[in-house]
Amino acid sequence: MNFAIELQDIDKRFGAVHANDHVNLQVETGSIHGIVGENGAGKSTLMSILYGFYQADSGSIKIFGNEYQFTDSHEAIAAGIGMVHQHFMLVDNFTVLENVILGAEGGQLLAEGLQAARQSLKELEEKYGLEVNLDATVDSLSVGLQQRVEILKALYKGAKILILDEPTGVLTPQETDELFKIFAALKAQGVTIILITHKLREIMAVTDTVSVMRRGAMVAHLETLMTSESQLAEHMVGRKVLFNVNKEQVEAGDVLLSVKHLNWTDSQGVPRLKRINFDIRAGEVLGVAGVSGNGQSELLEVLSGITPIQEGSIQIKGQTFSAKKQANPAKMRTMGMAHVPEDRHKQGMVMQFRAAETAILGYHTDSELSNGPWLKPALGKERCAELMQAFDVRPDDVELKSANFSGGNQQKLILAREMEHDPEVLLIGQPTRGVDVGAIEFIHQKILAMRAAGKAVLLVSVELEEILSLSDRIMVLCDGEITGQMEAAKADERTLGMLMANAQQAYDPLQSIASGEGQS
Amino acid sequence: MKRDTRLAWINGLLLPLLNVLTAFAATAVLFLLIGVNPLEAAETLLYGAFGYGEGIGYTFYYTTNFIFTGLAVAVAFHAGLFNIGGEGQAYIGGLGAGLAVFMLFPELSPWLMIPASILGAMIFGGAWASVPGYLQAYRGSHIVITTIMFNFLAATLMVYLLVKVLREPGQMTPQTVLFPDNAWLPFVHDILPAFGIEMERSPLNLSILLALAMCFLVWFFLWHTRWGYAIRVTGLNPHAAVYGGINQKKIIVVAMCISGALAGLVGINELIGYHHRIIMNFHLGYGFGGIAVALMGRNHPFGIVIAALLFGTLYQGGAELAFEWSNISRDIVVVMQGLVILFCGALEYMYKPTLIRWLAPVQEVRS
Repeated sequence: MNFAIELQDIDKRFGAVHANDHVNLQVETGSIHGIVGENGAGKSTLMSILYGFYQADSGSIKIFGNEYQFTDSHEAIAAGIGMVHQHFMLVDNFTVLENVILGAEGGQLLAEGLQAARQSLKELEEKYGLEVNLDATVDSLSVGLQQRVEILKALYKGAKILILDEPTGVLTPQETDELFKIFAALKAQGVTIILITHKLREIMAVTDTVSVMRRGAMVAHLETLMTSESQLAEHMVGRKVLFNVNKEQVEAGDVLLSVKHLNWTDSQGVPRLKRINFDIRAGEVLGVAGVSGNGQSELLEVLSGITPIQEGSIQIKGQTFSAKKQANPAKMRTMGMAHVPEDRHKQGMVMQFRAAETAILGYHTDSELSNGPWLKPALGKERCAELMQAFDVRPDDVELKSANFSGGNQQKLILAREMEHDPEVLLIGQPTRGVDVGAIEFIHQKILAMRAAGKAVLLVSVELEEILSLSDRIMVLCDGEITGQMEAAKADERTLGMLMANAQQAYDPLQSIASGEGQS
Repeated sequence: MKRDTRLAWINGLLLPLLNVLTAFAATAVLFLLIGVNPLEAAETLLYGAFGYGEGIGYTFYYTTNFIFTGLAVAVAFHAGLFNIGGEGQAYIGGLGAGLAVFMLFPELSPWLMIPASILGAMIFGGAWASVPGYLQAYRGSHIVITTIMFNFLAATLMVYLLVKVLREPGQMTPQTVLFPDNAWLPFVHDILPAFGIEMERSPLNLSILLALAMCFLVWFFLWHTRWGYAIRVTGLNPHAAVYGGINQKKIIVVAMCISGALAGLVGINELIGYHHRIIMNFHLGYGFGGIAVALMGRNHPFGIVIAALLFGTLYQGGAELAFEWSNISRDIVVVMQGLVILFCGALEYMYKPTLIRWLAPVQEVRS
């Protein structure tokens, strides 16, 4: 058989962490191979070794039958490997063409390189059906197109093997479909694709073969046709996972959070939130569905007091905040609001801090943790240890640097920090983004426990399944406005999908009149 | 020894030590090029810095200044701010110390007078730094630019004051009258005999104890107070600071005030401790030296003490070198400082991979 990639006995340690435990992997030329595994299972490390970012402690790498020892990514690129990162490596205000030749300018004068690149890109575009306007600046492109630029970039550098790390995390369902079509075209032209993802459904949909990693080791190599989602999930966590959440009946109580006529316009003058109205009652989960970038982030930031209110009001615990009476995050916390931010690395934690220090972020002024101006580090550690215990954060080392926890465990620590503080209102953004299957189940249970305890929960997520299974009511945001609100029991993915694309006007004339002014 | 412990030793001690030695080796090559035997030069330098009482006194006197400015830079740095204005803040701090003395003139007990002058130095230094801090926080003017400009402002203001306003009547030199002796911080050589130790006269005064106390206070402040926590969050992740309910603007101003107050204490060591009057340019070089000290000391008070001592040694020993050798000028100190900064700052991790491979290799433990 003809293998594009053969990894033999790859071993890698970071200190005490055995990131890759004698891993073997064979990928046939021209196939699509999926790699799944929980967070921290070692997928990214393995790919980084393959791409030359890290060197393996032992083991061998063969690309198209030739043995390599990559010491940096240039050598990997030369061997025909291309990587599309989860976070794009593009210069926003360069054109597509300029971005593609970055690192392969081909001469002292730009014009020559650009000309040559334009030519070969045209050929690539035709060959693989990857159409992009080469002269558009990257920031004017949608996320899906930006990803296409990344793929073009790799192909332009001669990639015969394409590694994609969580490529669909940022895409809309339509863009995901487009991407999969591109995969098919690439495969037809003999390109080998490695797809790293959490989404088992995607693995089932596009891959030929799939490998499962668990705790640094390869635990299974399977033919996609011969397996199933639940079997993969089982391999990933080593036990059976229940995908359906059991929700107990909770009687909704008083309104705890009331939002009225909220409008918010960003610094470029683009309206991001339009006439947002909703209430959340005690013991209720309000799910906010929507393609990401349709006002969810702005909603969370305004509600939590991070960005000032421009118009409208937020009522919590009998207090009303408005443009005249601004809230701020510290005040909102004292009003009993807790906030799990969408982007944990950017907002929720300080990567360089020890876990114990991250565990008090936002609560460092609490009387329990500080005595006047003095902090009590011992109490902070104690608190952190309790949080870790309660939310099964591993490793339970309060001195470990926050960055050294896996994504799922970082998220659990943040959730613990916010939930254990016994808030009245809980805002949660993307609770399970980049989190492994085992942790997802745990996090869902914790959210439902908050609901059972009579808290008001606002849940923002791009995962429709998550919204559907956890929410009591669902509110759909599209282009900054509420395009629909419904009982979760009456919702299904199709209806929500249409509302997310704001396609409801077609069958609901009243709604379209109500939202007409925002559209024109 | 556990691998983690070894790594800590490599990072904390071995690496800085090797870097400094490399810088010295490069200096040695330089000495060879200008026809000076490096070993003899080193001997002169060390003798100058530690060989006799007065030299030791000078070394620690310079060290004191570097501790103050090093701490100043470090505090601002923990808030993510690059305070280049240590020079100006030190200069204005000296003004504050002097004005406190003149205003409380003349009958106050030294027990009140000296704390008052320390307060004066800190308030003036802090206030001077608070303006760039305010401009950064509320107006978005970049702190590097404004603090540099404030160095020039401080220099011009001091020339004006010393020439026109505060000059000793009947004198041509731009300096004030001598402070009354209730505003003199005691010299170490006056104190030590009480403990039965004799020491040659030197400018070393009790400010060095103040400097060490400040090291402890800064450490305690940064790692054991709410404000310190807020400063570090702001410096490491501004988004998390906003999320955590920390008022970043306030933090920027506070951090700059503290930074400026620390730099202002150079005025205590120089004026209250030694010159006993406000003079021109007593501060020159210490503000900028503090940047290197903070860099080398990794913004940690303990590291800053060590780095300040190294710089104090180079300062005093370098002066001795220039004095003893006709073909070495005082500028050699600047060159040596530059090499230390190059190898400790810019090439900080040059030896790290090799050291780790030798001393703390990844062990092959099969679980």
